[in-house]
Order: sequence, then C-alpha cells, then structure tokens
Amino acid sequence: MDKPTRPDLMRRRSLLMGGLAAAGGTAICTSAALGQQPASHAGHAVPAGTVVADPMPGMGHGAMMTVGDVDSAVNGFDPTDMLTDWDTGTVSTLPDGRTLRTFEMTAEDREIEIAPGIRFPAWTYNGRVPGPALRAKEGERLRIVFRNYASHPHSIHFHGIHAARMDGVPGAGMVDPGDEFVYEFDAKPFGCHLYHCHAMPLRRHIHKGMYGAFVIDPDPERRPEHAEVARSRLLGTPENAGWQELVMVMNAFDTNFDAENEFYAVNTVAHAFMKRPIRIVKDKPVRIYLINVIEFDPINSFHLHANFFDYYDQGTTLTPTLKTVDLITQCQAQRGILEFTFAEHEPGLYMFHPHQTEFTELGWVGMFDVVEALA
Amino acid sequence: MNETLPRAAIRAAKTNLVWLALPLIAFAIAVAWILSTDPLSGFRNGAPPIENLTFERTVLDDNGLSLLVRAGGSEPMTVAQVQVDDAYWQFTQDPPGPIARGRAAWLKLPFPWMLGEAHAVKVVTSTGATFAHNIAVAVPTPQATTGQLRLQALVGVIVGIVPVAVGLMFYPVLRGVGRKGMDFLLSLTIGLLGFLLVDASAEALELAGEAAAVFQGPVMVVLAGVGSFLMLMAIGRRSGAPTGLALSTYIALGIGLHNLGEGLAIGAAFAAGSAGLGTFLVLGFALHNVTEGIGIAAPILKHRPQAWVFAGLTLLAGGPAVIGMWLGSLATSAQWSALALAVGAGAILQVIVEVGAYLMRQGDRRGDIFLTPPVMAGLAAGATFMYLTAALVKI
Repeated sequence: MDKPTRPDLMRRRSLLMGGLAAAGGTAICTSAALGQQPASHAGHAVPAGTVVADPMPGMGHGAMMTVGDVDSAVNGFDPTDMLTDWDTGTVSTLPDGRTLRTFEMTAEDREIEIAPGIRFPAWTYNGRVPGPALRAKEGERLRIVFRNYASHPHSIHFHGIHAARMDGVPGAGMVDPGDEFVYEFDAKPFGCHLYHCHAMPLRRHIHKGMYGAFVIDPDPERRPEHAEVARSRLLGTPENAGWQELVMVMNAFDTNFDAENEFYAVNTVAHAFMKRPIRIVKDKPVRIYLINVIEFDPINSFHLHANFFDYYDQGTTLTPTLKTVDLITQCQAQRGILEFTFAEHEPGLYMFHPHQTEFTELGWVGMFDVVEALA
Repeated sequence: MNETLPRAAIRAAKTNLVWLALPLIAFAIAVAWILSTDPLSGFRNGAPPIENLTFERTVLDDNGLSLLVRAGGSEPMTVAQVQVDDAYWQFTQDPPGPIARGRAAWLKLPFPWMLGEAHAVKVVTSTGATFAHNIAVAVPTPQATTGQLRLQALVGVIVGIVPVAVGLMFYPVLRGVGRKGMDFLLSLTIGLLGFLLVDASAEALELAGEAAAVFQGPVMVVLAGVGSFLMLMAIGRRSGAPTGLALSTYIALGIGLHNLGEGLAIGAAFAAGSAGLGTFLVLGFALHNVTEGIGIAAPILKHRPQAWVFAGLTLLAGGPAVIGMWLGSLATSAQWSALALAVGAGAILQVIVEVGAYLMRQGDRRGDIFLTPPVMAGLAAGATFMYLTAALVKI
C-alpha cells in the first residue's frame, strides 16, 4: 500500500527555488543557521561548523519510540508475563513408572495488538503469540492434545526427536479445522527448542504467529558429570530457584504484506521492555532461553550492554559453546541459552537489543532494570 | 379573464409543486429503506476497510517535523505509529483521534532532521497499512517572516513581472510593423499561449495526481478548466468580440492566472524544502516569459495607450506570480495548485480563441489566414521559442 514517492520536487519550479536560494542566498543561510544550531550531544563531538538539527528538547532517543501502550487485558497476554510463564502441562504416571506429561493446545484465529494501536489478524496457539512456552524434563513421555479451532489446517512441528508420524508435516499430524490430533513422543534431547506450525504455505503460517518455545530440561541423574549444572537447569529444583530464568522469542510482523517487517520484538509487542524494563535481582544469575523465529529477515541477533555472557547453542550441552561474548547471531529457528550475571554491576538500566540497528529502531529493544533486591 | 389567469397559474404552480415533491419523497423513502434494512450487508466479507492517506504539506523547523495528512479511506482512519528512516518516533496528532474521510490532520514529530539530507517517513495505520512520504532534501521550511515574503516577492517579480515588462518594451518597435508583421505577432501570441495551455494542463493534471483521491484530480482539473473558459468567454463576449485593449487585457489575465498557478507550485515546492541550483535558471525562466509581453502588446499596437495601461497590464500578467509564491509557500496543497493551474489553462484557451478570432477578422481571408506564411511562421516561432527557453529551466 505504499504510495510511490517520486522525486517530484526536482523540477522546473524547484529550480526556480534554486534561483531564489541564489538570489537571496544570504538571507536563507542566515535563517537556516538560526534554526539549526549545532547540538551539544553528550559524548559526541560535533565539529565546528557542522550543521546538526538537534536543538529541540525531547529529540533524543526518548522520542524514538512507538506512541502509546498495548492493552494486554484485551490482548489476553502480556510480554512481561510471558518471560516467566512456563506451561508445564499436567503430570501423571504411566504403568511402567515413567512420567507422562500432557499439554493441551488449540489453534485459534485471533486479532492481536502487536504494537500500540496496530491490530494484526494472527493465527495463534492458545490465543497468544508466541504460543505457550512448553517445558518438560528429559526422558518424560510427552502427549500434546492439539485441537484446531481456527479457519485453516494447522499442525505442531516440534524440534526434537520423534517418529515420522508425529512430525506435524502434511500427512503426519496435520489437523483440519474442527479436528484433533495427539502428538506423542519422548522428551529428547534436552535443550532449548521450539515448535511451529508446518502447514503450507509455511512462511505465512509462521509469520501469522504459530510458533512457541519448547524447553526440555536435562535430567541430572543421566548427567552425573554435570549434575550440578543440570540441576540448575531443571525447573523446580532449589538450584534452579537460584536463577532468574526468562524465555524470549524474537519475532516480527509484516503488517502491510510487502514481505518486510514493520515491527520487531521479543514476545510480540514492539518496545514492550523499553516501556517496562525487565526487573533483574542483582544477585541472581540470569538465564535466557532465546529463540529466533523472525520471518522475512534471515538473521537476528542479541547484544547485551555492559556485560558478557556464556552461550549454549541449542541448549543441548551443559558446557558453554561460546564463552564470554556480548553478541550472538541466530538464523531463523536457531536458539540457545544465555547465562550471565549482574552481581558485580551497580544497579541501573542495561539495554539489550539485536545489533541490526534497523530491528532495534523498529521495536526489538529492551532494558534490564538491575535492582539490589525485589521490593 | 384578468382574475382567472392568476388562479389558473396558481393551480398550475401547485400541480408542479406536487410533481416536484413526489420524486423527492420517493427518494427519501428509498434512503430510509436502505439505512434501516442495510441491504449492502451481504457484501461485507470481513476485509479491512480500504485506506488511503495523502501527504499534503511538510514543515521542517526547530520543533522537528510536521506533516499534514489527508485521509481518503472508506472509513475514518487511525494513524497508529509513524516511522522516520525506519525508526519509530513519538508524535502528536492535531486534531487527535480517527481522521474522517476527506479530513486532514497534522502529525508533529520531535524529529532531529539533518540539513541537506533525505528522510523517509512512513505512517502506519491501525490496520497495519503503511503510507510512505519522502523528504528529498531537508531544509528549514520558510517562515512567514517579512524577509521571506520580500524574498519570494523578488523572485515573483523576476519571473513574472520583469519579463512581461521587457516584452511590452518592444511596443514602440512593434508599432512599425505592417499587416504581415501584425499577423506574425498575433500568431506568435497564439503559439506561445498554445505552449502555456499544454504546459499548464499537464502541470495541473500532474499536481492533481498528487492530491488526495477525494478531490478526483483529473475531473476537477477538466471541470475547472472548461468552466473558467466558458465563463471568461461569456464575460468577454457580452458586448461583442473583444479587440484592442480589451483583448490585451484578456491575454494579460490569462497569462496572469497561469503565473498564479505557477507561483503556487513554486511556493509549494519552496515550502516542501526543495533545494535549488542557480541564478541562471531564474534568468532562463525570465527569458522564457519575455514572449508573454510581446503577446500582450500585439492587439494594442494601433491604439497608443497611456503609460499606466502598460503598468496595469504588466501587473495583471506578472503580479499573480508574486501572490502565488506567497500563498504556495504559506498554505497551499497540491489540489489548490492544480485548481489554480486549471483555471489558468481555461483562461489561456479563451485567449487563444479570441486572438484567433481577432486574427481572422483582421483580413478577408477568414480561416485561411492560418495557412499564410506569416501566421504559420508566427505560430511556430511562438511555440518553439517557449519550448526552447523552457529547456533552459528543465532538468
């Protein structure tokens, strides 16, 4: 819907203005200079004579932001709550003594507000984008009951190890509107995974919002060599409680169907964590389950300000695959675990964002608000 | 007899009134039925409303960037977010809220624009539709200061008044021309006016294309052009075909209206921050317009009018350029510039017709006069001179 804008000004009348500029050049230059006093950017040296238009109050980065707020109540989900909102399903015991973990999932068409005032006709799992953050333990039997209440065929394709008939691709677990399918497989390998719809056309189904986090915690008993680390990852253990864990799904939205994204975010809502920084207790180490499902752009990234982190690619190892980095890149569907701490830092706001500046300025940017202790 | 006639007339009038009221009542009933039963609901398919947004004015100043946008959607539109150079910026809207079809609103952004650089604005509506607007070269929008107005007046004088005055200064020389010379001069006038007619029409249509859809640009241009042509013809012919000073005055008026439209366009370009290239272009334009003065002088060569008449004709033809500059830089939008140019085109057409008729009345050859060498040479010379000098100011 973009109206092509042509260089319509470089025409006869504009040339006349050239004459005007020449005829009264002095006067224009004078007024231009008056309106364009070099700004005194803190930390940015402005060479003498450079004309910079930034003398206006409120024109710093504070003004570079979406206007307004998303109504989370109407949306039915909140990006901040999503950071820690794990879906652990319901647990029962199989005859052989193994744990059976059952998740209920639905597909629904739903209009969601992805940025203040912008409605997006989404396809959702459980009415939210991203879908629920499923969390299980290595070795458990998983059962996902999937009902399609939406207007198109959908599926759940899990990244993990499973049988071909559980793959969630056409012919294996594709669910027509009104139908139901039960995916069943063992939880392996441990790591930070994802799931998404694999109906065709794939790009449209993913871009519409059908994806979510799928985390399998390592079983400490099976990992004796790194039992301590495994326990810190395993949800519900005292060791795990010492961590501040966050799930971040990096996504984006093309609102005008030109195959380019207008909004970039973590957990859907642009600028959500700039307007409401994520509270981090200084003494608690931070673990982020980071997943990239960005559509239309091949690569996304995560950069942390004033700090470095260890990175576990795919989360399938208990020792870092990258040590002491402050930037990682992820192709689409790539994911991993970030671990870092602000224990030695002074309290304050620490920014995080992708180092694709375009993504940052279109909404994918946030702040950690490091505090001494929760009030 | 004397009493029955009015009574019959009254009865006839009453009958007419009934026949007038009947269709109106029928239509009112139809409207009420459509509104109450909503027979169009069957066409609703859940598609989002069609949206359209036109950028009419751009102001760059100490407060940042202001954009006047006009909504042309099927329903009121809501501007949700605004991007500048692929980044979201806070903005305020005046008046706030959804923008009704055909209405305009100012979007104000505290954006630190860079002098001389290009900026790309993208408005995102609540449905996620985007509308782009490019600022080719960012320069401060002229303020309505006395200095600026004086400066614009100066350019208006150079491109509007000076060339007409220069053209009229050929008057003493032109007086000596014979019948063939006269034919040449009049057809020269037609040639130059023909060029201006095409130029103004094309410009008007182009500007109309930039205006909001609700103004129906091309139709508006054609209606305004034809309307002004017919009106001026009617005025001009109310006491016979114009000759002499009257004809000169109409030529001056036609050229003046064209210059008003041009001035509006120039002023609007100025307000939009268009940067320029040099003084020689203004001089080129002035040279281009010198022919206008010769054309105005042609019908009054035998009359020897007083000096103030020349001054008046000069102001009538050239003065509107100054007024157009002022209006254009202060408040106009594409549709008003298009309208002014269309009115100018209609006026020029009227003058072409009148000068042509005058030319035919000069001799006894009627329409065949156009086939004589002096007239054909004049037509060609007028159009060619305008065309070639226009090349000086086009890139």
